[in-house]
Amino acid sequence: MAEIKVDCINETCPVPLVETRKALRKASSGDIVEVIGTHPSSKEEIPMAARAMGLKVIGVEEEDGVWKIRIKK
Amino acid sequence: MEDKNKEIKEITMHNKATLIVHSGDMDKLYSALIVGTGALAMGMEVSMYFTFWGLERLKKGALEKGPLSRMNMLGLGKWMVKQKMRKANVASLERLLEDFVELGGKILACDMTMEIMGIKKEDLRDDLISEYCAVGTYIKEAKESDITLFI
Repeated sequence: MAEIKVDCINETCPVPLVETRKALRKASSGDIVEVIGTHPSSKEEIPMAARAMGLKVIGVEEEDGVWKIRIKK
Repeated sequence: MEDKNKEIKEITMHNKATLIVHSGDMDKLYSALIVGTGALAMGMEVSMYFTFWGLERLKKGALEKGPLSRMNMLGLGKWMVKQKMRKANVASLERLLEDFVELGGKILACDMTMEIMGIKKEDLRDDLISEYCAVGTYIKEAKESDITLFI
């Protein structure tokens, strides 16, 4: 089970969402995709997209304006 | 793994967006490509039909060449918007288009526009275009879509 990291710090709409999707497409079942970023709406929308695809959002945290979202494929 | 993929595929199959890109204006192309890549990122299947002025932008080297739809002011307005976009770190149209294709989005070119505007296949970025077609294909795809937009 690999862990794939995606850095979207300072990226704006739609890049964080798109990069998350790219990583999820490349991931195998069971892999964890971890995305970090600063774009406020993406913090809500990435988990929304993951759930729309039937994937599990393991955690969402934020510290000093940087959020971290973990998704299990 | 197969079950999960099947599940994703099933969700995707019932979720489709079909966009007509009629405008060749820079700002409208942004709207179209952001909605298109966004829909792909949300797990949808997406087709974008390029027609009229939109299709002009698929000519080689023409993607970023469109004016602003309002307040272009002979290019000054566009220049100002581009500066602001650079500051906000907005992706280029080129990058969005590449992302769109990488995420499996389909680009369709209107063959009637090609005929009336004298655009040949070799003038267009053929490597990105999945199909050359007409209104029938659009209607067929739009009928299966949950979202359809005319931009």
